[in-house]
Amino acid sequence: MPRPTPFHERLAKLNEAYAWKEWSGYYAACRYETNHIYEYTAFRRSAGLLDVSPLFKYEVRGPDAARFLAYVTVRDATKLKVDRVGYCCWCDERGKIIDDGTLTRLGDEHFLLTAAEPTWRWLSHLARGFDVKLDDVSDRIAVLALQGPKSRDVLKACVQGIDFETLTFFGSANGRLGAAPVRVSRTGYTGDLGYEIWCDNAHALPVFDAITEAGRAYALRVCGLDALDMTRVEAGFILLGVDYFSAPHCVRDERRSTPFEVGLGFTVQLGREPFMGSAALEAEKKAGPKWELVGLETDWEDLERLYDAYGLPPSLPGQASRVAVPVYLEGHRVGQATSHTWSPMLKRFISLATVRADVAKPGTELKVEHTVEYDRRAVKARVVQKPFYDPEHKRKP
Amino acid sequence: MTRKYDAIIVGAGHNGLVCAAYLAKAGKKVLVLERRHLVGGAAVSEQIFPGFTFSSCSYVVSLLRPKIIRDLELTKHGLHILPLETTFNPYLDGTYLLRGVDAASTRREISKFSKRDAEVAPLFSQAMAELSRLIKPIIDSPAPDLGSLKPSNLFELLRMGRILKDAGDDWVAANLKMMTMSAADFLSEWFESEKLIAPMAASGIIGTFLGVRSPGTAYVLLHHYMGEIDGSFRAWGLPKGGTGSISNAIAASARALGVEIRTEAPVKHVLIKNGEAKGVVLENGDELHAAAVVSGADPHRTFLNLVGEKELEPDFVTQIKRFRMRGSSGKVNLALDRLPSFKCLPGAGLHLQGDITVAPGIDYLERAYDDAKYGDFSKKPFMNIVLPSVTDPDVAPPGKHVMSVFVQYAPYHLKEGPDAWPSKREAFGDAVCDVIEELAPGFKSSILHRHVLTPWDLEKTYGLTEGNIFHGELSVEQLAFLRPAAGWARYRTPVKKLWMCAAGTHPGGGIMGTPGALCASMMLSEGAA
Repeated sequence: MPRPTPFHERLAKLNEAYAWKEWSGYYAACRYETNHIYEYTAFRRSAGLLDVSPLFKYEVRGPDAARFLAYVTVRDATKLKVDRVGYCCWCDERGKIIDDGTLTRLGDEHFLLTAAEPTWRWLSHLARGFDVKLDDVSDRIAVLALQGPKSRDVLKACVQGIDFETLTFFGSANGRLGAAPVRVSRTGYTGDLGYEIWCDNAHALPVFDAITEAGRAYALRVCGLDALDMTRVEAGFILLGVDYFSAPHCVRDERRSTPFEVGLGFTVQLGREPFMGSAALEAEKKAGPKWELVGLETDWEDLERLYDAYGLPPSLPGQASRVAVPVYLEGHRVGQATSHTWSPMLKRFISLATVRADVAKPGTELKVEHTVEYDRRAVKARVVQKPFYDPEHKRKP
Repeated sequence: MTRKYDAIIVGAGHNGLVCAAYLAKAGKKVLVLERRHLVGGAAVSEQIFPGFTFSSCSYVVSLLRPKIIRDLELTKHGLHILPLETTFNPYLDGTYLLRGVDAASTRREISKFSKRDAEVAPLFSQAMAELSRLIKPIIDSPAPDLGSLKPSNLFELLRMGRILKDAGDDWVAANLKMMTMSAADFLSEWFESEKLIAPMAASGIIGTFLGVRSPGTAYVLLHHYMGEIDGSFRAWGLPKGGTGSISNAIAASARALGVEIRTEAPVKHVLIKNGEAKGVVLENGDELHAAAVVSGADPHRTFLNLVGEKELEPDFVTQIKRFRMRGSSGKVNLALDRLPSFKCLPGAGLHLQGDITVAPGIDYLERAYDDAKYGDFSKKPFMNIVLPSVTDPDVAPPGKHVMSVFVQYAPYHLKEGPDAWPSKREAFGDAVCDVIEELAPGFKSSILHRHVLTPWDLEKTYGLTEGNIFHGELSVEQLAFLRPAAGWARYRTPVKKLWMCAAGTHPGGGIMGTPGALCASMMLSEGAA
């Protein structure tokens, strides 16, 4: 049985759709109304508030904290400044990716790492010989993501002690929400202007109330994972277990990926002291990856033709889909598309796909399987740059 | 004299901008001239009252063609359509109908009035969607010229004939009924509850000088459904930042393609030599020359003002004069201190997020028309209301709201004459607010500012002859190969090198962009620019 998060008491009252799913052992709302489109719109056009407490969270403290995390992850944590956040991933000895998350430097010798899957064993396994103390705070810290162009206005109206004009993209700061101490980081999973608010479980409800109250004037909406899934595809963000798989859980080696193969090459900082997987990653960087994670955009005219042959107008699910389908070039499979969504922002049908590196260049025309009336057909799609949607206000001071 | 432009477009309405962008995309040098200080024509966002952005005239978008959005990369240039999912109908007897939350709740809601209608409604929607799908190719291509034996025309007629033939007899019958029946009668063949029929029929009279019991109004219903055909990919909704943001997105796309747009550059007339358009003369006397001139103005303005009767055959002038403009609607834009609370469904909620239609009965609507028939505005008008600020916080200061009220009927030709409108403007605004107050007590005390647009204002400020929002009524005798005149439905005019690109041509009004796009494609295929 999933457990309620610290915000559940409020969320349960709001969830008119009664639509929940299990996320890392917690109840997580899919949507609050039967149609999630207004929640999506809030993320993109006002402010959407999402409970992300089920994330796994680990605190790392001690004189060796930075060195240890630089060893565990592909990122050089010793270079991460205090009050900065770094997006990173971590690999096994062969450079195969295990998980991805954000790393926040809370102090000189104090970090917070988030993960999609339980990571305690891996961290403690590697911690031998480092002077660090690990603390699994997953069940003790409640987290809200407030995302959307109005998110800053909402937080300015309710958070004390943080100068939001100087809190830059991937910055983090301590503040207060009434009596509750909070940490606010300018991060998120929607690819929009957005923040994550971290607090002790004990303060969860007052924090939630203060934010929703301040949000009233800015069309804030409490949002679920359905809306999030659409925005994260638009942002080109991958999801563990959907767009790639954690190396230790894979049976076939083909399923395992390297950071370069899933589009996380930018997080890999080589040319420093050896770290987990560094030798393999070094070699792969030279040789180039075999696969690449790309954006695909469906050719709408071709899709219309496909449906028209059946006397139908095009029809697509209103929600993001995680059904993996093959990607073809001249009839041969060259990869798979793993996440898809109709983008109301872009008025396009977009997918995240892993394809052979030789067909990954933007502009390449491929075909993606598409089922119409039980028939498995293929529709033209073009490789395009990620992110699909990248608003200026995301990074703007 | 050197020829500077391939085409000059008169008027930066959305169709003029679409036409310009497509011409520029084909490598043409294009100049757009706009009389006002901003682009958009009747698709504009204006801060009439500080801090509140009104979609002054046109206020929702449904028909903007997805292909135009893609071709002109409008999303990249700032177009974003916000959802407008529900339809809320408050009635004077304290009941209401709220449709569109989801299928089951819509069924439950209609069941309050008719269990039978509740189950018919989805079948009706399906039939309308099917009709729309079949009609789509006709809407998306130029109207065939019935008088021409040119192979291309014959091919188009054949194609259209095939669409009809493939559709089957039932469809032809349904279509004939749509073309000839009144909205009220057509809907009564499907539904029994007036509470459902009345608000649905109301979409058949929008922008026409007809009543819900007037023949031909059923067709306009279909226009309403056209916007919904594309399912979740439809363009139906509220443009973020008001309808002006659509025009701004098209203008940005046009500029990126090299189009030059000049505002506050009113055109006095089209420069015509030997029956051929050579350019335009501006109000300030400047002459500008181009290989082709395109009018984004309505047919009356184009031919009777910009061209002038003396340049035209008398028969053609007669046809144009007979092309009915007769505006029938007005607009009330309000800045509100708080959301209205309806007596029948108090407080905030989904019903304020969508479209609110005040059409409480067939007789109510027909009586509203009665007032108009004899030259008065409706004392109890039909209204279509939206509150964009509920979904789009940028159009009002935090916590405040904007309300857009489309009002019918407001006949241009008052019995005292159109120039009596300025003296009746506020009384018209009061009539509107009185009805809303009756439905939502306390509403009037929330008004911070009221901006009333009568058909007279629509003509004077926005250049819509007689305040007709569609550049000429969308009645069957003014559509397709008859729009705006028989023989001149393919964007060309009797004046050589003068073209028409706006709502007065096929397929007509609404923020669709098709007239502009089709005009450009006809011009390009004939090497006109």
